[in-house]
Amino acid sequence: MYKIESKNVDFYYGPSQALKNINIAIRSNTVTALIGPSGCGKSTYLRLFNRMNDLIDDIKIIGQVMIDGEDIYGKGINVDSLRKNVGMVFQKPNPFPKTIFENVAYGLRVNGIKDKKFIEERVETSIKQVVLWDEVKDKLKKSAFELSGGQQQRLCIARALAIQPSVILMDEPTSALDPISTAKVEELIYELKAKYTIVIVTHNMQQAGRVSDRTAFFYLGELVEYDETKKLFTNPKQERTQNYITGRFG
Amino acid sequence: MLSSSITSLTVLLIVVFLFKEGIGLFNQKPVEPGYVIAINKNNKVKELSSVQLKNIYDQKITHWSEVGGTHDSIVLFQLEDISNYYSDEQIGDNMQNLGTCLSRLVDSLPNIIAFFPDKYLDKKFQGTLLEVDKVSLADFFAGKEWIPSAKPSAQLGVLPLILGTLWVSLGAILLALPLGLAAAVYMSEIANERVRRIMKPLIELLAGIPSVVYGFFGLVIIVPLIQKTFDLPVGETGLAGSIVLGIMALPTIITISEDAMRNTPRAMKEASLALGASRWQTIYKVIIPYSISGISAGAILGIGRAIGETMAVLMVTGNAAVIPHTILAPVRTIPATIAAELGETSNGGLHYKALFALGCILFLITLFINLTVEFISNRQKHNKN
Ligand SMILES: Nc1ncnc2c1ncn2[C@@H]1O[C@H](COP(=O)(O)OP(=O)(O)O)[C@@H](O)[C@H]1O
Ligand SMILES: [Mg+2]
Repeated sequence: MYKIESKNVDFYYGPSQALKNINIAIRSNTVTALIGPSGCGKSTYLRLFNRMNDLIDDIKIIGQVMIDGEDIYGKGINVDSLRKNVGMVFQKPNPFPKTIFENVAYGLRVNGIKDKKFIEERVETSIKQVVLWDEVKDKLKKSAFELSGGQQQRLCIARALAIQPSVILMDEPTSALDPISTAKVEELIYELKAKYTIVIVTHNMQQAGRVSDRTAFFYLGELVEYDETKKLFTNPKQERTQNYITGRFG
Repeated sequence: MLSSSITSLTVLLIVVFLFKEGIGLFNQKPVEPGYVIAINKNNKVKELSSVQLKNIYDQKITHWSEVGGTHDSIVLFQLEDISNYYSDEQIGDNMQNLGTCLSRLVDSLPNIIAFFPDKYLDKKFQGTLLEVDKVSLADFFAGKEWIPSAKPSAQLGVLPLILGTLWVSLGAILLALPLGLAAAVYMSEIANERVRRIMKPLIELLAGIPSVVYGFFGLVIIVPLIQKTFDLPVGETGLAGSIVLGIMALPTIITISEDAMRNTPRAMKEASLALGASRWQTIYKVIIPYSISGISAGAILGIGRAIGETMAVLMVTGNAAVIPHTILAPVRTIPATIAAELGETSNGGLHYKALFALGCILFLITLFINLTVEFISNRQKHNKN
């Protein structure tokens, strides 16, 4: 069974169609990269999986998005629980104006967890998972804004991990980071694969090549090609894919 | 930069003007000009304060011992009492003997205190003219009574007015803040774009209604309602003022808080929702903390409007210049006092100066409030960088 499946998905912002008939199936414990020129609908597609697009007025979705075999736009779906299962990391690091500790504890607290010891342990394991513990263990009570951009982004990943989702969505998570921080995050993505199913939007084709198992190439709201990353980069079936990865446009 | 220095200059000019007109107050005696207060020449008392003088004439002080004299009871005398002591013939047809009569009267009654115009003061007056203390800062700020027309000595205690102003404004903000915050949350986070586009101009319209209209509304609807609900003799109370001012402060609070909430970065909201926080959790854990400076600024500006408001308050608070002990008692505020009384004063007189001094106080209060807002919004800008 697939972890995530989208079947014949169309998406509209008001009258304008942003996604056209997207069919993708994603297996558990894989990393899937979404690539394509800016404005082609990658973020829109990614944000379907945790229903983040719901925040926007006047949108329309046709087709089905399934996670663990359940239509997440179906009746009786609790969006808050869905989002606990499907974590998200954003383009720009967006820690809360709170302490480092409280940032990671936030998801636990809003889930009604009160047990102090449990929260402390979970915060610690989550920060260790993103290999940030040694850098922040002495300043957990300091504001998250005191961290560097790369550290902030890893903190945001830890924040998402703390509530133990099974899927993690990442929307260009390294686009605001320096090369060293980027490398750290990429390494992390590779490790997280063992436990999570990851979907990552990236602008950077080398990055897609380094971290992902499968890659989907979007163009003008259409899914042009979806295949194993290696195949897609070395031997694309579509001419448009070929043009894009060789840098002829985009 | 230029506009802010122009503002500062204007503010300075206003202060200087108010101060110039008001400062003379503390150089003046509270006794009506042209009048004297006289006692028997053997009386040990040489000086009385304005409050003592008033209490004597109100018969709250009845013995000289209470003001540092002998144990005898005080005999009050005002000019109209003269007929109790002397016949019309003795005074004379044109009151030509009044001066001598007064002199003899004060001389013959050891415990008298007499208050009369100085034009009837005899050249060889056989008594002591009493010194009345100048209006002191303490009398002014801590005096519990505001009766500028009191005779023989005006009572210029602004405490009841300051307390009345603060009382009514505090009540207003306590009512308006929760309501305004709820409305702001609704408009910024819950209502959809269409509802918002209808509500926003309506609320801004509310801010443009002249205050006298709010006053009418208060007088016709709120005052009777309070009277009935609490079974009071009159409905014109501090509470009525608070409600009307609260309503008037609402648009300010809503507009400013809503702006602040909408300025919460989308990334913050999304981060919270993406972690499975509900909309309400996101509102009180992220949006309100993030916009707290804006909300406080809105609240303080709301208070600012309430404190300076005149007309509506004048109409619904009952205007009794007494220190309020409950919100169900009539109160009087500083702006209402100035508006109601300035027209009746003589230019440059004691009462006139006292009102200008009141204006100074009001101005300082609002200045303080504006500086607080400035401080908070600077801090807000600082936070965002
Ligand atoms: N909130 C929105 N309202 C209307 N149109 C939007 C909105 N967000 C994105 N779009 C449009 O949808 C298309 C896809 O955008 P997006 O998914 O952000 O692209 P990508 O992430 O691939 O750069 C673009 O044409 C964009 O202008
Ligand atoms: Mg995007």
